[in-house]
Amino acid sequence: MASIKELSKQPDLLVGGHRLCGGCGASIAARQVLLGARDVEVVAASATGCLEVSTSALPYSSWATSWIHNAFENAAATITGVEAAYKGLKAAGKIAQDKEIKFVAFAGDGATYDIGFQSLSGALERGHDFVYVCYDNGAYMNTGIQRSSATPHYAWATTSEVGKAIPGKPQKRKDLTSIVAAHHIPYAAQASIGNWKDLVEKAEKAFATPGPAFLNVLAPCPRGWRYDSSMTIEISRLAFKSKFWPLFEVADGVWTMREVKEKDVIPVADFLKLQGRFAHLFKPTPSPLLEQIQQEVDEYYAYIQRMCAAHS
Amino acid sequence: MAKITVLAATGNLMVAEALRQAEPDVVSAYPITPQTTIVEAYSKYVADGRVHTEYINVESEHSSMSAAIGASAAGARVATATSSQGLALMWEELHIAAGMRLPIVMANANRALSAPINIHGDHSDVMGARDTGWIIFIAETAQEAYDNTIISFRIAEHADVQLPVMTTLDGFITTHAMERCELLDDATVKAFVGQRTPINPLINGDKPVNHGMFASLGGAYFKVKHAERDANDASLPYIKEIGDEWAAVCERPFDFIDAYECEDADFIVVVLGSATGNVRTVARELRAAGIKVGVLRIRLYRPFPYAQVREALKNAKAIAIMDRADSFGSQYGPLGLDVRTALYDLPARIPTRNYIYGLGGADVKLAAIRQVFDELQELAAGSLDEGLNYLGTR
Amino acid sequence: MSEKTHIDVSDFENWTYDMIPKGAVCTDVGNSVQYITGGWRSNMPIWKKKNCKDCLLCWVHCPDASILVVDGKMTGIDYDHCKGCGICARECKYEALTMVAESSDEALAVKKGA
Repeated sequence: MASIKELSKQPDLLVGGHRLCGGCGASIAARQVLLGARDVEVVAASATGCLEVSTSALPYSSWATSWIHNAFENAAATITGVEAAYKGLKAAGKIAQDKEIKFVAFAGDGATYDIGFQSLSGALERGHDFVYVCYDNGAYMNTGIQRSSATPHYAWATTSEVGKAIPGKPQKRKDLTSIVAAHHIPYAAQASIGNWKDLVEKAEKAFATPGPAFLNVLAPCPRGWRYDSSMTIEISRLAFKSKFWPLFEVADGVWTMREVKEKDVIPVADFLKLQGRFAHLFKPTPSPLLEQIQQEVDEYYAYIQRMCAAHS
Repeated sequence: MAKITVLAATGNLMVAEALRQAEPDVVSAYPITPQTTIVEAYSKYVADGRVHTEYINVESEHSSMSAAIGASAAGARVATATSSQGLALMWEELHIAAGMRLPIVMANANRALSAPINIHGDHSDVMGARDTGWIIFIAETAQEAYDNTIISFRIAEHADVQLPVMTTLDGFITTHAMERCELLDDATVKAFVGQRTPINPLINGDKPVNHGMFASLGGAYFKVKHAERDANDASLPYIKEIGDEWAAVCERPFDFIDAYECEDADFIVVVLGSATGNVRTVARELRAAGIKVGVLRIRLYRPFPYAQVREALKNAKAIAIMDRADSFGSQYGPLGLDVRTALYDLPARIPTRNYIYGLGGADVKLAAIRQVFDELQELAAGSLDEGLNYLGTR
Repeated sequence: MSEKTHIDVSDFENWTYDMIPKGAVCTDVGNSVQYITGGWRSNMPIWKKKNCKDCLLCWVHCPDASILVVDGKMTGIDYDHCKGCGICARECKYEALTMVAESSDEALAVKKGA
């Protein structure tokens, strides 16, 4: 992987002047992923969402490269149409045979786990050469923090309210990365903006991989998670250290995980308590649900470990 | 000089052949009855290496139009095909394709919409797409479906049009029935359709562009839609010019409308698509019996050729408007609304009756058409009221 | 920051509808550098060059591409676009970046200097 000094010499493909909130994880995710494309031309697509509306408000564009937005649920279908055009135009001799372009789609968790799930699955199965990036902030942030199937168990969201009867989202989050891996595409990985080296490395692999590649990037949202905007990277790191967000990859069927060092492991409560969306689990006294969450996190982590052991 | 092959072919085969000859860079499609034989035929052309097309077997019609939008924005010539529920599933994408001003050619096998589920021909699907900003042809025959499809590429890709075009034919009746057809040679068709010259494509060397911008602030959305309205209205002369050019090549006439004996007709039936043959047959009988009747078929449904329709109908004493779709909650069916709008600008008021017929592929028998013409005479005489009627239901 | 020259869109609200490219395509990509988001700040990062080791962790974590870097070395902060989120200061291991109130004397001095 290139050094940070080398990476910094690449032109920014996502420039300033966009209107994402201060401390937004989505733009950090997009910037870090795009570093992985190196010097190759990139055509990007975005699903409807924070990243899209904030980077394309007429007459201003924050994408210093070709980019398309179509709708909410179809970033995968749209970018694969662009990729098919590239192949078709090459076959027609309308663009040079040696012309190299990378195709990448950015979509939030709502646009990926939920409404765009079918479009993504179809595109992966068809084997297009593209990178799909989910910036996972665990809710529909653009419309005001409504729950998605990526929202963690017992988190508050505006459509999984907290009250006397219900202590936040009653369901566990969907393990999308494993589901994507089950498509047996060449490359699928889970990354986090709190581990930028790991992320850029995975992005480099994803771009270099012929065929479909998928990155699920944890990208916290200060507004939705209810924390101070300066904490975005710190919280992402704690997500990793608490084992809440395992960093793993599945490359040609081989599962590998970046294990949390024993000395770095923290209880999941230390990750949750910094976030207002879990405040109800700590006030007035710590909830027994914290133990359940810890157990679920440990089980998921152990599941990924088992997958790594079984598919090494 | 064009070489012509005469063959017995279905409408779907003729559409598939037209697509093959126009040779899109990308075809993205999902199968649905009764469109399937188009995409099956195209799959075979690809498998046989007869076309360079990148063929995407998407997992739904929504993705089919989504991928078509991506491909067209990238600068490719793009085609797809669908029907009924598939067209309905694409609904949001139809607006997006037109709003983004992307040339895409889509064949639609006109079919009933659920519920109840029904696979046969009517215009419920295409009428649901009539306000999406697409240019829409409704073919009467397999031959015309071929001609419409060929000219659709030139229209959609014209620098001053830049709109998607739907080339439709009636489910089963036209898609699956064998007709005598003329197929022009590949070289002639390829010379006619030429190559697409994209405007601001995503794949454009050193000139990156952004498509699908956010226009919520400062009234930009309103302005972009105003331009889209203008583009639709302004497309009519280009459609005529391109249609006439093809007419000279294929030696079949082209016009937005097909007026049969309308000039001196007292009683005119306005109709779309495959039912026209039966209406014309009855009109011929009545003409032979000395009754001055005519048939006005509309070939180009969007943009609606109001001026031509008005001109063709202006001397009638009574008009029947045949709708193979309903527009629930409005006073008339879709064609009824459009034709009555066209008539509004005439100095004299002509009485009309709107007939909903043949939904879900229900037969349109000659007796029913005779009834329509009979009722027109009563309508003109004042012994029957205007209004909407379901024709032939019991 | 992009060095490209961009079309002047300051009068966009008064553009007539035929001036917007067909389909609302943007042909001047990356022109949001003309859009100033620095005014959103309530806190401002101050760079102390003498403490800076050019590790560029602030650069790789900045959501607004507002850490200016030339040839692998930090040269300053793009206050036109920095929203003052404070990530850079929190991530800096060398006390080369600190946050001060936008209205503080220190902030005013830096802005005057810039």
